[in-house]
Amino acid sequence: MVPISYYLVLSAILFSLGVVGFLIKRNLITLFMSIELMLNAVNLAFVAFAWQWKSLNGQVFVFFVMVVAAAEAAVGLAIIIAVFRTRETLNVDRVNLLKL
Amino acid sequence: MLQLVLFFVFGTIAVAAAVNLLAQRHPINSALSLIVVMASLAALFLLMGAEFLAAIQVIVYAGAIMVLFVFVIMLLNAGAEERTPGSRVAMLLGFPAVVLLAGSLAWTLLARNPRPAPVALGGGFVGSPTAIAQLLFRDFLLPFEVTSVLILIAIMGAVVLASPPRTTAGAASPEPPAKRER
Amino acid sequence: MLRLYVEEKMLSITTFVIVSVIKIVIALAVLLTAVAYTVWLERKLVGRIQNRWGPQRVGPFGLLQPLADGAKFIFKEDLTPPYVYKPLYIAAPILSLVLALTSISLVPIGNWVTVRGVRTPLEITDVNIGLLIILGITSLSVYGVALAGWSSNSKYSLLGSLRASAQMVSYEIALGVSLVGVLIMSGSLNLREIVDMQGGHMAGFIPRWNIFRGQIVAFFVYLAAAFAETNRVPFDLPEAETELVAGYHTEYSSMKFAMFFMAEYANMITAASIATLLFLGGWHGPLGGPWWLQAILPVFWFALKVFGFIFLYIWIRGTLPRFRYDQLMAFGWKFLFPIAVANVLVTSLIVALQK
Repeated sequence: MVPISYYLVLSAILFSLGVVGFLIKRNLITLFMSIELMLNAVNLAFVAFAWQWKSLNGQVFVFFVMVVAAAEAAVGLAIIIAVFRTRETLNVDRVNLLKL
Repeated sequence: MLQLVLFFVFGTIAVAAAVNLLAQRHPINSALSLIVVMASLAALFLLMGAEFLAAIQVIVYAGAIMVLFVFVIMLLNAGAEERTPGSRVAMLLGFPAVVLLAGSLAWTLLARNPRPAPVALGGGFVGSPTAIAQLLFRDFLLPFEVTSVLILIAIMGAVVLASPPRTTAGAASPEPPAKRER
Repeated sequence: MLRLYVEEKMLSITTFVIVSVIKIVIALAVLLTAVAYTVWLERKLVGRIQNRWGPQRVGPFGLLQPLADGAKFIFKEDLTPPYVYKPLYIAAPILSLVLALTSISLVPIGNWVTVRGVRTPLEITDVNIGLLIILGITSLSVYGVALAGWSSNSKYSLLGSLRASAQMVSYEIALGVSLVGVLIMSGSLNLREIVDMQGGHMAGFIPRWNIFRGQIVAFFVYLAAAFAETNRVPFDLPEAETELVAGYHTEYSSMKFAMFFMAEYANMITAASIATLLFLGGWHGPLGGPWWLQAILPVFWFALKVFGFIFLYIWIRGTLPRFRYDQLMAFGWKFLFPIAVANVLVTSLIVALQK
């Protein structure tokens, strides 16, 4: 028997690691991966709650999160390619001009 | 008992891989660690009866989204991360802030949830494909349709963003833009 | 997954472990032998198609050739080129082979059998979302190819693996959608239930296989997509030897190359098994017989159908030339995918009208 709070704490840890990654990493792609990590942590919390309340709505929500994450990944990676094409770098500190 | 062991095994793997994501300098190593996180999360989903989500997690996240990441890393041939002055500031400010965040999150979750329901395997609550589909195509039909439009827009946006600019057609690289449709 | 738990709980845990280990050992042995002899069959058949003999020196009809090949692979020097990214360079072939061998564990090859009071299905695990899990595992097999090409640090490898990953991700969609028609008709993701739905005959003599029940278009879409997924001719652009030397495994030698080789053929066998289960009626066959024959016949029909599919693979390899890369992408996205979607629409319409 696993108490649900274990799952929630695990989700909190993963979410915080995603936040750390977003704050300390300098590579655009890695930053983006940190966002995906945060989304995954939230999904875990959703599934845990769905289990606790014996309601599938939480799982359907996770489905939607995944769909949105897929769309986000497609557009985000396209933006990264566009940035790389104009700047020749993936370091966020060097992407500091407003115009392309 | 078995559930607890499995939870700790996969939870430890997930946290270790997530830490590795941060520790690695090269993006491809980070991407592979993230895939490990996702796979272990899929196992945790199975422990909570979300079998459809576990399969979708592997197919969509690990099999499609992360393939795109790896593909872009390979395409741009992104090397190891370089250190810039910004990263030191980020380290100094980031770590304490995050310890604070994790601590407060965990404390809230534990304090506000005094008598948590136990999670057991095979308790009859199963997120089977049939059950999910019934919810998805009855109660959540409108959101479902809206997300399909969202995906369509995302595809078009990705194609427009990733294709080379038309104005510099002569200077553009001879190779066609990366096929990024999904 | 949960169903698996409930059903196997009737056995004690030790019996369960023993039975599972036995089944895993048998499945691995059969699969690896099948892989070896698929290679032999391919060399022999392509030889006959090109009007030569193929292997015939080692053993009668060259039947011991796979053993000789294996020995040769083991004793070759295992080169690691300089400038490769070593951890991934070593991990990539292992990953490919492991994923290819894992997916076969969910393929049922026959009915339930009872041996000395222990009732067990003729597959390693009976999972009620088996097809989804197989799709998940095959979708992960892109990584083996992609990482191999990237970590080799060679332009041919990189180009090959870029081609391979784009191709596999694209054709996976057509492949998945082509299966939806069958899933709508059977209303289950469990491979065993899908096969059980296909027993019996229509109009007296036509078997109720899905291919005869209106899924013939889906079958051909699956066929084309499966060829592309397994990187076989006419879609073997990732290893096009005229342009890319050998594509993603250019820099590999000895057992590491053999692992890629085995993974490719194991994937072929898995694709053939899925086609057999979903479209060709699995282990259902035209003949019945006495009880002792009943036990062995289903496995025989299954193996025969898989063999037919592999024969088709090899036949096409000996016949068709290779596509150009943009043709390949256009074929997948502009032809196969719309046809698969149309098939889903028509099938769901018919199923809805019949209700």
